[in-house]
Amino acid sequence: MTNLIEIKGVTHAYQTASGPLPVLKGLDLSVPEGEFCAVVGPSGCGKSTLTRLVAGLMKPDVGEVWLHGELVKSPRKTVGMAFQNPVLLEWRNILENVILPLEIVAPSMPRAKREARARELLDLVGLTGFEGKRPSELSGGMRQRASLCRAIVHKPDVLIMDEPFGALDAFTREDLWQTMRDLRAQEPFTCVLITHDLRESVFLGDQVIVLSGRPAHSQYVLNVDLPSDRTIEALYTPPAAKMLAILRQQIQIAQGRDGGAH
Amino acid sequence: MQVLRKVGVPILAIVMFLVAWEFLVWVNDWPNYKMASPSDLPPAFIKYGWLFIEMGWQTLWRTVLGLILAVLFGTFLGMLMGFSKLMRDGLYPILVGFNAVPKATLVPVISLIFIGQHDFNTVLMAFLISFFPIAVSVGIGLSTLEPEYRDILRSLGASRFTIFRKIALPKTLPEFFGALKVSVTLAFIGTNLVEIVSPHGRGLGALFKSGETNGDYPLMFAVLIALAFLGVVLYYAVVALERIFAGWAERPAG
Repeated sequence: MTNLIEIKGVTHAYQTASGPLPVLKGLDLSVPEGEFCAVVGPSGCGKSTLTRLVAGLMKPDVGEVWLHGELVKSPRKTVGMAFQNPVLLEWRNILENVILPLEIVAPSMPRAKREARARELLDLVGLTGFEGKRPSELSGGMRQRASLCRAIVHKPDVLIMDEPFGALDAFTREDLWQTMRDLRAQEPFTCVLITHDLRESVFLGDQVIVLSGRPAHSQYVLNVDLPSDRTIEALYTPPAAKMLAILRQQIQIAQGRDGGAH
Repeated sequence: MQVLRKVGVPILAIVMFLVAWEFLVWVNDWPNYKMASPSDLPPAFIKYGWLFIEMGWQTLWRTVLGLILAVLFGTFLGMLMGFSKLMRDGLYPILVGFNAVPKATLVPVISLIFIGQHDFNTVLMAFLISFFPIAVSVGIGLSTLEPEYRDILRSLGASRFTIFRKIALPKTLPEFFGALKVSVTLAFIGTNLVEIVSPHGRGLGALFKSGETNGDYPLMFAVLIALAFLGVVLYYAVVALERIFAGWAERPAG
């Protein structure tokens, strides 16, 4: 099986006024094609840096990031991104917001075709009937649904999500986990999900990577041994409880390295 | 009912203001040379009717031309400061310092440099006084763009220009129009400074000056009202433009 994402020995530091701040140190990570990789770790351990590296928005000081067997040196059109803040454009309605990436990636695509593609996705996430609404007219959960549609409208190989459900209430979050699961069944993509929520990582992930405290490396890899069409109820079974306990323990180890805070 | 309310409330407010003004003059028994009352104004407008239209036009076109220049230059400066920290650090102190200089003190300077160029001087002053808010707001709007907005398009390999056109520019429009509303009223101050101070000037400012010279106090107050009227007209022209280009930023009331 080929690895779609291959991160090899990445070390990176930010230049700050008080000298270099190392965030990643010797990080290795590989995600096979079509797999869902959830990344958890203590606050400020460099998880967001990881997303920017995979997206090609920055280059690591040391090490390599490979996508599809190609060394990542700059942004690529085959990547989709979603953030905690849905960053929808207020001057566009929902349909036009979802279309945005197609305007960049496929400028020659006929408008009718773009719209059909966007409507198809909006239907999948349950936003039919809201195409003409402004983002400000939608709830937080609906905005995040639209943001997910925008992230995959151009059929990216890789979907990179940086705590996309972090600002939602618990019930809306579980709704969106299920939406995410259903989307994957319809639209296969490889996914990297950064999250703080261990249950989320177990529900959505095929593998869960625990990063150590800063500077981060891959501390622990958990293969999630649940069926791919898992339900929320599966989180309340003994195997899931065991995985959650392991992850929690690993996070505590990671935090311990961070100076024993919390 | 809605329309009636929208038009009726401001008109009622204006009528109440005029009544209060009339009452103030009447109760204090002020003579005309101290303060004219609203009832003195219609005769003044009728007496100099054509002059008001001619001079009002002079003031208006110079102000608008100055504003257009301010928009172009202000946006350009704002873009420089918004995209480059170096430019921001370098330009801000100069800009703030320049803006702190009372523009009235520049009138004699400009008049000496460009002797007799009345139109040019007036437009220049309207421009000088009004570009600052635009530059600052565009600069702040661009420099405070959340990185995620840029990343959405940058991760797809979009060029800087595309990001500017599709994201930064539309996102800055509400701030831009906010600044333009301030600049509109400032530009009138600039125009009138030059019109009043320059000998043999034209425009409403010159009409005001001639009213002063001839002791025609109702005329002076009539000019002030005419200026206020022009200011309101231009302000609402900007509001109309804002509705068209940045109407999305307006939230429904309640």
